[in-house]
Amino acid sequence: MNKKLVVNYFQFSSKSILINWDNSINNHILFDVLSFMQAIKLSDKSILEVRNTYCSLLVTYTSTIDNIYSEINSLNLIYLHKKKYNISEKKIWKIPVCYNEYFGKDLVNISKNIKLNVEEIIKLHNENTYTVCFLGFLPGFLYLSNLNKKLYFPRKSDPDLNIIKGSVGIGGSQTGVYPSNSPGGWNIIGNSPIDFIGGDFNDKISFATPGDLIKFIPISQDDHKHILNNLGSYKIDSEVFNG
Amino acid sequence: MVNVIKPGMFSTVQDKGREGLQSYGIPQSGSMDSFSSDLGNRILGNAVDTAVLEITMVGPVLEFESPTFICITGADLSASVQNMNIPMNTVIPIKSNDILSFGALKSGLRAYIAVLGGFKTEKAYDSRSMYKNLTKAIKLSKNDTLEISNETLFSDSKLIVHSVQEIQNELIVTKGPEYSMLNSNQKNFIISHDFTVSNNYNRMAVQLTDLLENNLDSIITSAVLPGTVQLTPNGTLIILMRDCQTTGGYPRILQLEERAINSVAQLKKDSKLSFNLKI
Repeated sequence: MNKKLVVNYFQFSSKSILINWDNSINNHILFDVLSFMQAIKLSDKSILEVRNTYCSLLVTYTSTIDNIYSEINSLNLIYLHKKKYNISEKKIWKIPVCYNEYFGKDLVNISKNIKLNVEEIIKLHNENTYTVCFLGFLPGFLYLSNLNKKLYFPRKSDPDLNIIKGSVGIGGSQTGVYPSNSPGGWNIIGNSPIDFIGGDFNDKISFATPGDLIKFIPISQDDHKHILNNLGSYKIDSEVFNG
Repeated sequence: MVNVIKPGMFSTVQDKGREGLQSYGIPQSGSMDSFSSDLGNRILGNAVDTAVLEITMVGPVLEFESPTFICITGADLSASVQNMNIPMNTVIPIKSNDILSFGALKSGLRAYIAVLGGFKTEKAYDSRSMYKNLTKAIKLSKNDTLEISNETLFSDSKLIVHSVQEIQNELIVTKGPEYSMLNSNQKNFIISHDFTVSNNYNRMAVQLTDLLENNLDSIITSAVLPGTVQLTPNGTLIILMRDCQTTGGYPRILQLEERAINSVAQLKKDSKLSFNLKI
């Protein structure tokens, strides 16, 4: 089942190397990407940042790469000797979401098109556990995988000019939460009152890191208002994930 | 303190930005033309990561409450102090209540105002570069007051500027990760065509008007950098700039070298540019 993975290396800029896996979105590849990222971070290389997407890694060095061939060889040695992805500190984050037609401006339209009623859409969306694959698009935006196929729904061809902070949306096969007001093309089904960036996350910039899990917890509009009014003292509920 | 009497068309505080935080989706930001911004700081003896003002096309009118030294670099916007023209790339002494203003744009697009010790506006994630949702202010507004360093001791600059980096219209580029998806006609077009800057240009990206017909598929969302040239399904080439998002889904066909990014930062609507592909 788990076929051997192939990685290739590409010099992206004078200071960075892009590492590519097969173009597909699945946990087998994602966790190979994340274990390589862990191994590079633990190496003694002079690295400014290593960041991942679904099936690629970007390694950015603190200075210009002198010899690209020897650097690629050295990275590949790290790849061949890396350990399996360490999940011991991974967490499941419980994110409160108010799903209703007030916040979920597109719930009714999705419901008409995919032939599921609003309650079924909400149930299918909050019963799955999602994997945080990486952050991108906007500061604090989490790319999540494992959306139920029944909820796949295309992006809008004319993006909305202002989607409000906290909006929970579906865009094609993806789902996620807008961390700030932003233009965007996803269809909105609810809203989370919490901060995804700029909050008190024990000195971390984002509470979640790639590989963590997300569970959406349905809340009422009153609870949403209460959390929003007391955001300073709100702590996101989480559990350590044991495989 | 510096009082903003007029903010200019689009003026922002910039430093080296937020390198190393792209894994949180935070854009790099920083001065669009980093060469010119560094030059102003160097002439004043500041560290190159000292915050400067980046001004665009129409400059601001600023009043300095206390004496300091400044230096103007980058685009030539006919700078003057107390209505007397001042030279660029030179240390300019400022007295209390002096007014710095600008006139006609003679060359380039973006100029930098460096001040001794730097602007001391709010920091977000260790940088003063203004960016929506990260800093409270996203550009200068009328009646703003900007704190500056209270340094007044200036030891004569040892840096004498003989020449500044010229704006290049021929951009040195390397292949992007999806360059190999292009056919030979498309590759030829890229290296032989003179492209034109569209009216869609800002700190996030510069779009070109000339279309490159293609039927490339979107890619699975992957990393992009300032200087990445994306190709959209309708054939538009988009040069990503300092405030670009951290990831994207369009094929990445070229990558600009640092010096080329600085040049594009100085190109306005209707400017011509071409790509010189370094193999």
